[in-house]
Amino acid sequence: MFTNQSNNTFNHGIHPPENKEETNKLPIRQFPFSPVIILPTAQHLGKPSEIIIREGQEVARGQILANATGYMSVPLHSPVSGRIRKITNVPTISGKMVPGIIIEPFAASGQEVMEGNPVDVNHATPEEILKAIQDAGIVGLGGAAFPTHVKLKVPEGKVCEDLLINGIECEPFLTTDHRVMLEQAEDIFMGIRYLLRATQAKQVIIGIEANKQDAADYLTGLIPEDLPLKVKVVPVKYPQGAEKMLITSILGKEIPSGGLPIDVKVVVVNVATTAEIGRLLPHGRGIQERVITITGPGVSKKGNYRIAIGTPLRFVLEQVGVEDTVSEVYMGGPMMGVAVSNLDISIVKGTSGIVVFTEREAKKDPKVYPCIKCGACVDACPISLNPSKLGILAKYEEYDKMAEQYNLLDCFECGSCSYVCPSHIPLVQYFRLSKTIVRKRIAS
Amino acid sequence: MIRKLHLATSPHLKDEEQTAHIMRELIYTLLPVLAIAVYYFGFAALWVVMSSVLGALLPEWIWKREGLKDGSAILTGLLLGLTLPPGIALWIAFLGGFVSIVVGKLVWGGLGQNVFNPALVGRAFLQSAFPIAITTWNNPGGWTSLYYPSNLAMPFMQSAHADGLTGATPLSIMKFEGQSSDIMHLFLGSTRGSIGETCGIVLVLIGAYLLYKKLINWRIPLSILLTVLVGSSLFYWMGTGFANPLFTLFSGGLMLGTVFMATDPVTSPLAPRGIWIYGIGIGVLVLLIRYFGGLPEGVMYAILLMNAFTPMINRFVKIRTYGHKK
Repeated sequence: MFTNQSNNTFNHGIHPPENKEETNKLPIRQFPFSPVIILPTAQHLGKPSEIIIREGQEVARGQILANATGYMSVPLHSPVSGRIRKITNVPTISGKMVPGIIIEPFAASGQEVMEGNPVDVNHATPEEILKAIQDAGIVGLGGAAFPTHVKLKVPEGKVCEDLLINGIECEPFLTTDHRVMLEQAEDIFMGIRYLLRATQAKQVIIGIEANKQDAADYLTGLIPEDLPLKVKVVPVKYPQGAEKMLITSILGKEIPSGGLPIDVKVVVVNVATTAEIGRLLPHGRGIQERVITITGPGVSKKGNYRIAIGTPLRFVLEQVGVEDTVSEVYMGGPMMGVAVSNLDISIVKGTSGIVVFTEREAKKDPKVYPCIKCGACVDACPISLNPSKLGILAKYEEYDKMAEQYNLLDCFECGSCSYVCPSHIPLVQYFRLSKTIVRKRIAS
Repeated sequence: MIRKLHLATSPHLKDEEQTAHIMRELIYTLLPVLAIAVYYFGFAALWVVMSSVLGALLPEWIWKREGLKDGSAILTGLLLGLTLPPGIALWIAFLGGFVSIVVGKLVWGGLGQNVFNPALVGRAFLQSAFPIAITTWNNPGGWTSLYYPSNLAMPFMQSAHADGLTGATPLSIMKFEGQSSDIMHLFLGSTRGSIGETCGIVLVLIGAYLLYKKLINWRIPLSILLTVLVGSSLFYWMGTGFANPLFTLFSGGLMLGTVFMATDPVTSPLAPRGIWIYGIGIGVLVLLIRYFGGLPEGVMYAILLMNAFTPMINRFVKIRTYGHKK
């Protein structure tokens, strides 16, 4: 009755402070190469890639170091020319050690990039393009690191009508997509040509939040005549960058529970991923670097940097200069990013930002009050769950009831409920745990 | 360089709103209501409200509960005090506060667990235990009066002399004599009634402020007032001695109850559609009790009854999750 879907937006959502002003005017700069590169083989969702080089071997920048192991996997390319120092287990952000490669880059090398087989956008078949995207090691650069070629594959019997390019970047602090849109228009348009051919979509819409109006205006002014492309600006609201929300905001459609965008004839691709496809495929290259926003109150040289994959976090923080009082480092944005426990992990394909907080910003009053049923979480949840009730059920370990009666598994963990809760109840944290438990029960 | 890293799972940002802040803010917004009551009824209003606040704090202190610090007990005591007649014996107000917290909140498991609005539980207790004292309405004595003699009655004794300073409220005059009162008095507050309920205009302004600050859900006052307005207009239009709609809206505890008690988040439904059912229910019950019941006023029982339905409304009125069938 009172859920009228106005165009241009989705139901509920929140408005955390954006904190983008400090970096959104700073052009993308090349980050220095670190004296050592650490590459875990599990940088994407799916199976880790399989190492095909030996210790001591010399490798060229762009050379394949590890092959894809099946369809749900992508290869790993060398981000530098150098020598393989060691093949050993390396740390990742989750705390798990995974097989990895440690490379010593050659000093003073020109770091020329190897050329591969270019893919002709006008003649390649959809399958050839998907194969090329997989061979380039491309995964979702927005943070999920889902293999892009899998996402682009339109299943038998389904069609893709709309291709949405996600330039929302709703996470506070992050400005990488913003800068990519302002600086890599040609790459984005080229990427869209490949995506259009791969998905056979009829039209393309780039979705951009109103806090990036300059990027929207810039892209709109440059739209090539051969592309059925529109730019659509939507009001700022978190978590609009989530696929479900974006599809609702731009197209007014709803993905059925448990379904994928293709079920409503849509494919969504992040704008930085699109740009990377447009940059790499014409040269047949693999992905070696990505754009990252390094920011937060604890950083002195904030900015948007193009950084080699595998650059150790410790090196990154040393280069940008951080305060002694650093207390929290996040990879990704502050709403959905992961807190770092170990500075020896490295930048991976899915790292969209590094946010550094000092002791001053640390949460001050962690005291949890009882739920007063104020409904703030109900009014925040973008998919209209009842976090208040789910939180109470989680406390009493009623996991099955949460899943069966209160749609727990629809939760995509945006954290809006925890953000607004005046009683500081760790709602999304409960739900994450509950989802894991429910999935295990279903599996067994 | 970095000595210690703090670990937590996302989100790493937090809105600054806190439960204790909300309580404090509600307490502050009640102070003007108290001030206007002192203006009309004198310092008796202050003594009564203070007594019920102290009565509400006592059990929190005895059982060392959080309500001492989070402000919820002060809020409950304050709300109860504002629903009492200015001339009530202070010990009764104190006892009411005590019962509000113990029976209205603590026995349920504390803040957030109770089904009924604690202040109204306390008032319902007083209504049944001291039916005379709670329906003895003093004339507004003006801000210079220090107390009513009946304030000082000793426990379990009625004040001996009927002092001739009391009379009927506009609602009982309406109920039993069929006489309406001057609406201006109801707007401004210069009538007999409970300490905090008489000044309609201040309550409307505070309600608007609470809506603006999003401290109360707009659907609750809107649904209640709209129901009462539409319902009373219908009766008035049929024209057999029913009060006019403005009188119905601004007399008795309707405004106070609508703004501060029906809106208690703990005891009202969560889902928007549930809130409409709840608000319309309160409006209908207020009209039924006032027009057809034995009592002149029905706001307290209307809210308590709909509080009782809230868990059921929450169970049956589901929120449609994204991607699920309509």
